[in-house]
Amino acid sequence: MAIAARDFRELRLNGMSRSFGSVNALKGVTLNVRRGEFIALLGPSGCGKSTALNCLAGLLTLSNGSIWLDSTRIDRLKPEQRGFGMVFQNYALFPHMSVKRNIGFGLSMQGRAKADIDKRVNEALSIVRLGDQGEKLPGQLSGGQQQRVAIARAIVIEPPLVLMDEPLSNLDAKLRLEMRAEIRRIHDLIGSATIYVTHDQEEALSLADRIVVMRDGVVRQVGTPEELYARPAHADVAEFMGYRNLIRSPAWKSGNVVNVRVGGAEVQGTPVGAVVDGNAVAAIRPDDLKAGAGGSLAVTVESAQYHGRDFCCCGRAGDGSELYFCSERRVDKGESVRLAADPSRVLVYAEDVP
Amino acid sequence: MTDRAIPPPYSPSDAGSAVAHGAAGSPPSPLVGDEREERGRRTAYECPPPHSRGGGAETAPERPPLRVRLALRDLDGVTLLALPAIVFVAALFVYPFLYGFVLSFEPKAGDWLANYRKFFSDPFLYDTIGATLWLAVPATVINVLLSVPVAMRVRYLQRRRVLTTILVVPITLGTVLIAEGLLNYLGPQGWFNRSLALVGLGPVRLVHNYTGVMLSLIMSGFPFTFLLTLSYVTGIDPSLEQAASTLGAKPRARFWHIILPLLAQGLAINLCLSFVQTFSVFPSAVLLGSPAGATRVISIAAYQAAYEQYDYSMASTVAMIMGFVQLIVVNLILSARALFYRGAVGGGKG
Repeated sequence: MAIAARDFRELRLNGMSRSFGSVNALKGVTLNVRRGEFIALLGPSGCGKSTALNCLAGLLTLSNGSIWLDSTRIDRLKPEQRGFGMVFQNYALFPHMSVKRNIGFGLSMQGRAKADIDKRVNEALSIVRLGDQGEKLPGQLSGGQQQRVAIARAIVIEPPLVLMDEPLSNLDAKLRLEMRAEIRRIHDLIGSATIYVTHDQEEALSLADRIVVMRDGVVRQVGTPEELYARPAHADVAEFMGYRNLIRSPAWKSGNVVNVRVGGAEVQGTPVGAVVDGNAVAAIRPDDLKAGAGGSLAVTVESAQYHGRDFCCCGRAGDGSELYFCSERRVDKGESVRLAADPSRVLVYAEDVP
Repeated sequence: MTDRAIPPPYSPSDAGSAVAHGAAGSPPSPLVGDEREERGRRTAYECPPPHSRGGGAETAPERPPLRVRLALRDLDGVTLLALPAIVFVAALFVYPFLYGFVLSFEPKAGDWLANYRKFFSDPFLYDTIGATLWLAVPATVINVLLSVPVAMRVRYLQRRRVLTTILVVPITLGTVLIAEGLLNYLGPQGWFNRSLALVGLGPVRLVHNYTGVMLSLIMSGFPFTFLLTLSYVTGIDPSLEQAASTLGAKPRARFWHIILPLLAQGLAINLCLSFVQTFSVFPSAVLLGSPAGATRVISIAAYQAAYEQYDYSMASTVAMIMGFVQLIVVNLILSARALFYRGAVGGGKG
């Protein structure tokens, strides 16, 4: 395959910061990205992930810190000098140019010969599987097709780094799944590093080699999807990774486990970080809180939603707290259910969610 | 008056045909050919399809009430809201126009074309067309060209409102005030020439000639073109320029390849409006120009016919010719639009 990312070893973000007036949108982000790596920047809206991406693209200047591509400092370069490919949330296709001219735009800016441009554009079109749509205007394409054009336009210039800003957020659910696989396929094909901004943890988990979880302009945790899923380092990361039950409770240690009080009952959990006796937060996924006969935790069912495989339920415990849990059999509103959790799946944090 | 045509149901297969209609310049008429039949099957009250379809007419649909039939043609209670505007336009534009049109063919002496013959055989009269164009075309072009870089610069400014206000003040002043100011400032005894004299430069003649009128047209016309251009420029999605820059386009290339093509339609409209405005120049041509010489514009000819010779018929003729020339120029500009992209200036589905 002729379209391949320009070679580099490592992209380093060194204390990358950006403030808007008195607001610090990005507070010293440090990260190393290797060639071929797929990085997801994950976080709630306003956490600074898009700011980070725009800083990388050169659309925003840094207030502090530096960005290095191997031994070259690039944070003072203009976007047109960086040569990174970027896919925008709204695709940003040039509405007056045909699909082919859109994709060939970056190549013609490099002053390449027309025959060369045509060859590469056709190749990019076939990579994103739009071979026969080249003459259309962007307005004549569907959302998913426009997204493919935007990706083709970004990768045809063979960038070392491809930046994607929530590229799937404007697509419907089915197309989103399809394009997700497509994006990963194209990434593997051209071998660039991809930095992918999203607020969808499922998207990040399924696409990325490493996930960077951000909150309030700070990197909270960097890790593989498995690490983040199984062992979030902080309570707020856990909340974002689907630990829907966050219970504030006193905690006391006994050997390797920590005892916490959940819904009026005593539950054993695993400490994450330094947990001392005193106040703590227990994080439990709904699917780790199973309905069964031997459970120590009694709740009354408030609502139940059928999700195909099981029921996602909300119950109220004896002390009045709400707990989300899963049940394989149908439970009805008002029914009493006993819940149990594996101590290794109850994570206990010393700090609270900020 | 109501422009509420429902677009045809959008799908990739008929997107091509829909755009083809638009490109050919025909009005957006969604109810053509097979699309009409398509709608017919969906809309409960649409007229029944031809009898050939199906054959056995077991469900003969009754004729829907008039109200519904009118609503299908976009005529309903809301349409009445257009009435005041229609009355207004009819009373203040259509009627006077037709009146003047008829009047221009009823000369004081001679047959029905005598006025037109007189206009085009007297250089004192027909030269006014050239004199007006010679003022209006450069003034329009200068104003529109000037407005583009200023608007490009102003759009991202923090204090855009302040600057815009300053730039727009000349509109509120009115032509006469501008003319008075220019006469004082640029006249033989004005500050400008006295300052020049201080450094030993001879007086420059800047008023009571072509230059004076041109300066006034630029001053009073620029805010208008600027405001229009600014609104067109800010309508272009900034992410398009950002995308171009990540693809290696320097500012100049971004302007030529992205901004200008998307701005072309707006600039054409801007040219038309600005031209029509400057073509009817009257006060500044009289006050700042030489109304008997280089800046004897066509509106002066009409004024003289009406209020100096009291020949309303001749004045109407001049007005008709004036309107006709404007129409030609506007048409030229609008047909040049076809060369450029026309459509949404957004970057995609937002």
